[in-house]
Amino acid sequence: MSREDIQTGLAEILEEVAGVTPADATPEKSFTDDLDVDSLSMVEIATAVEDKFGVAIPDDELANIKTVGDALNFIEKNQG
Amino acid sequence: MSTSAVDVVVTGLGATTPLGGDVDSTWDALLAGRSGVSRITEDWIKEYPAQLVARLASDPSEQIDRVRARRLDRSQQVAVIAAEQAWRDAGGADSGVDPLRVAVVIGTGIGGALTLLGQDDVLEEKGPKRVSPFTIPMLMPNGPAAAVGLAIGAKGGVHAPVSACASGAEAIRWGLDLLRFDRADIVLVGGTEACVHPLPMAGFAAMRAMSTRNDEPERASRPFDKARDGFVLGEGAACIVLERADAAKARGARVHARLVGAAGTADGYDLVAPHPEGEGAARAITAALRDAGLTPADIGHVNAHATSTPVGDTAEAAAIRSSLGENVMVSATKSQTGHLLGAAGALESIFTILALREQIVPATANLDDPDDDENVQALDIVRGEPRKATFTAAVNDSFGFGGHNIALVFTTA
Repeated sequence: MSREDIQTGLAEILEEVAGVTPADATPEKSFTDDLDVDSLSMVEIATAVEDKFGVAIPDDELANIKTVGDALNFIEKNQG
Repeated sequence: MSTSAVDVVVTGLGATTPLGGDVDSTWDALLAGRSGVSRITEDWIKEYPAQLVARLASDPSEQIDRVRARRLDRSQQVAVIAAEQAWRDAGGADSGVDPLRVAVVIGTGIGGALTLLGQDDVLEEKGPKRVSPFTIPMLMPNGPAAAVGLAIGAKGGVHAPVSACASGAEAIRWGLDLLRFDRADIVLVGGTEACVHPLPMAGFAAMRAMSTRNDEPERASRPFDKARDGFVLGEGAACIVLERADAAKARGARVHARLVGAAGTADGYDLVAPHPEGEGAARAITAALRDAGLTPADIGHVNAHATSTPVGDTAEAAAIRSSLGENVMVSATKSQTGHLLGAAGALESIFTILALREQIVPATANLDDPDDDENVQALDIVRGEPRKATFTAAVNDSFGFGGHNIALVFTTA
């Protein structure tokens, strides 16, 4: 899956779970500081990402995913 | 100064019910004699002896946005909707009251049953890793109170009484105490319930507590009628804003009515069956009158708990007669709303407040042939059309499985 497709898929998840407007889901955005995503919503987003992209996100990795770009990089690197 | 000398007024009302998505539409439907009861049509109901329900007239999605609703159990969604209506009605946001002096008390009988059961399905089908991280905050019984506290920015305490079908009334009593003991300057109180699901329906049906008049949904809830055969499960929420009269006056708030007395007792008789003579219920009413400094002759109207179960209604008739006499006008509004369990006492308090404010007593629907019981026969149960009347004080009583009895006394503004 291309990075562009991953970006689109991630934006869909963010909209569904946290009400983030897709245009706002740009790589430099921080989930907590810019997009107002709280810790429980991050868990939901991680679960949805695992289902959608076939990746596994261990909790210690999730803790390092601070921005949309971090998530894109993780998915790109680990997708099956 | 005794605590009951503190003058407490009602300055805000909010509700979403089987009769309407707000207080005005609910009240209009009540006075028009409309029923909120319908027959469940989903497949799962086929094996059930009792197939009736009083669903919300306005789906929560009409009043709460999708992303916000996603992390709230249905019982929390309706609580937030009713609370925000009541807070707006009271002008709470513009009241200038310090958030540290704003408290919330929201009761529920069952809590987040839909979340508990829904996530159990997820667990069974997909395993523990797919269970929502919002499961616990959505199913905990204090969840509705906490969600309401967040919605209105209350930092003076958030409380959640749980006493089955008396929970909503108990919340109002706690709110009165918070004001009397000067723990808060303004309190938002009420009750909520949303547990229409196969499991609670099966549980209540197994108790033989629900009406099986499946072919006549609108006629099924018939408190005090000879042919009553059980209650109809309803869903919804109702909230009330209370504050001290001097504070309300100082900020120019509109006063709907006064809350002048409250009391609670326990039957100490049986876990679920009411005392047949309504002894504990009568004690609650008498104690609430004493708390209010009123006598039975002062009370013009009672909004009865009257759920339409065979034993509950006669026990309550005995309690009303022994505590208030025979001259009080009685309404049983569950005949149209169904039984909102933990929200019932709050919704019926709103009806009691509006009856006082508008000087009109709602009718009891479906009371075609009053029970032969001597106490039912002795009472002045309003039926047919709502009755215009002049009265200054009214009682709302609520009872819950567990032997909980709450009585509240309201007067005109």
